[in-house]
Amino acid sequence: MDKIRKQELKVLACRVRMGIIEGVHAAKSGHPGGSLSIADTLTYLYFEKMNVDPKDPDNEDRDRFVLSKGHTAPALYSTLAERGYFSTEELKSLRHIGAMLQGHPCITIPGVDMSSGSLGQGISAACGMALSSKLNARAGKHEYKVYTVLGDGEIEEGQVWEAAMFAAHYKLDNLVAIVDNNGLQIDGKIEDVMSPYPIVDKFKAFGWEVFEMNAHCFDSIEEAFAKADAVKGKPVAIIQKSVKGKGVSYMENNVSWHGAAPNDEQYEQAMSELNKQMACLADGCDDVKKGE
Amino acid sequence: MADVIKKATRESYGEALAELGDKYDNLYVLDADLAAATKTGIFKKKFPDRFFDCGIAEANMMGVAAGLAATGKIPFASTFAMFASGRAFEIVRNSIGYPHLNVKIGATHAGISVGEDGATHQCNEDIALMRTIPGMTIINPADDVEARAAVAAAVEYVGPVYMRFGRLAVPVFNDKATYKFELGKGIKLREGKDISIIATGLMVNEALTAAEILAANGVDAEVINIHTIKPIDEQIICETAAKTGKVLTVEEHSIIGGLGSAVCDVLSKSCPTRVVKIGVNDEFGHSGPAVKLLEQFGLCADNIVKTAKAMTE
Repeated sequence: MDKIRKQELKVLACRVRMGIIEGVHAAKSGHPGGSLSIADTLTYLYFEKMNVDPKDPDNEDRDRFVLSKGHTAPALYSTLAERGYFSTEELKSLRHIGAMLQGHPCITIPGVDMSSGSLGQGISAACGMALSSKLNARAGKHEYKVYTVLGDGEIEEGQVWEAAMFAAHYKLDNLVAIVDNNGLQIDGKIEDVMSPYPIVDKFKAFGWEVFEMNAHCFDSIEEAFAKADAVKGKPVAIIQKSVKGKGVSYMENNVSWHGAAPNDEQYEQAMSELNKQMACLADGCDDVKKGE
Repeated sequence: MADVIKKATRESYGEALAELGDKYDNLYVLDADLAAATKTGIFKKKFPDRFFDCGIAEANMMGVAAGLAATGKIPFASTFAMFASGRAFEIVRNSIGYPHLNVKIGATHAGISVGEDGATHQCNEDIALMRTIPGMTIINPADDVEARAAVAAAVEYVGPVYMRFGRLAVPVFNDKATYKFELGKGIKLREGKDISIIATGLMVNEALTAAEILAANGVDAEVINIHTIKPIDEQIICETAAKTGKVLTVEEHSIIGGLGSAVCDVLSKSCPTRVVKIGVNDEFGHSGPAVKLLEQFGLCADNIVKTAKAMTE
């Protein structure tokens, strides 16, 4: 992608991060850490990669997305709002009683392809969608792609590996599973709680093609997804190295921000940092360092 | 009854799928390494391209079914009742029930009539578990004729359906020529005034046999077949309870949470009536020939007669 487009995506990702903070602060609960770590990836998917149209959200041929790590719904909602599926104002009612935006993704929300949140389940649904797409192709119809994002703690769930076997067995090369390797889960570092490492080798052993990428670098993201497109005959796992809480200094690599909302003061600081990053991007800087 | 034909409802399930496959080209079948036992192998033989074995991985199978349904296909996910409702419960709840996806679950080998395999495989809890999922339809057919009709109705209905089938060959008592299946509607099989016997699944035939014996003993029993346990036919239950004042429920399932509980839920709300439940008491099953087990657990005409007599004395 050219430099201008890359800059645009950085601005969009910054807006997505602001929406995450907005939503979680208004909800007084939620999961900002793992939402911020996938903000760039979701921005890339929804603004650059996926064949989707907010004006035609139910199009049968669209690409599908399943947020298997459903607790990071604020990232998905903020991305969908930026993409035009619904107003960014909705983010302020996240998790409120009677609100459209539920604590975890719900299929009735415009742009949400699958309800998710109970870890390990989304990847199975994504497998079903990818198989469905293959069946369409067999009948001469369009073959769409299916993307799913999993947490690195989430892959401790046994169902993930049932799904991994299934996807390889049925050669679902239209399926891309992104593992958000931010290294932290609720109880601490993933290697201390229940190590899923080596993640790359595990997916390879299950018959997947595996690529690694830097989750906060659009060149790296673009390269990984382009490689994924070229794979034939097997599903693709992209292991993304990410920073939990990316973009908000005090949340970065701090597990206490897995499932906690910022108070008013912390909210102001987070928004101030993100606003500085935005201003920096407007000035054309290409390496945002937390708005310093 | 001379020359009674016997057939297991799992067989009816497999055959019905193979028949319906011609009519519905978006019908797909999933199984978890049990195609020979669940009888989806019959469908597989006819439509090998529309059958997907998921291996011994029921949780993933239910999720795959959800993904297929979310993209417009009609998947039938098949395995034993124990794994469909037990092992995969949370996936059925969260990935199928909550998004109200059009997944049909074909659960075979339900109840203690599984027989020799024993307690680990005798699922007496599935109806109770499935009843707790909002929007889940539950069908427990009584014989071959009803099972085939149920599968056909499930394809037409849009939404999640749990269908319960048995391993044991049971008498085919419904007349194929006149039988009509209506989702959510109970069927009055015998008029009576002294007691209402409300049965489901393979206990319906036992209830009919019991009613004949009771008639010879001066007890006029009404027999109701509840094939759809959810949504349940409140009207037929209230009407029969109001008429006889005594209700006896019979099911091959735990007395906790099954048909008996569903009937009590209806009656306690709308028409308080004394209810006695025949089912598997709060205990596990064990190995043995199916028919002997059914007798031992009181899931037979003799025990229905004995219980009904005690209630009407």
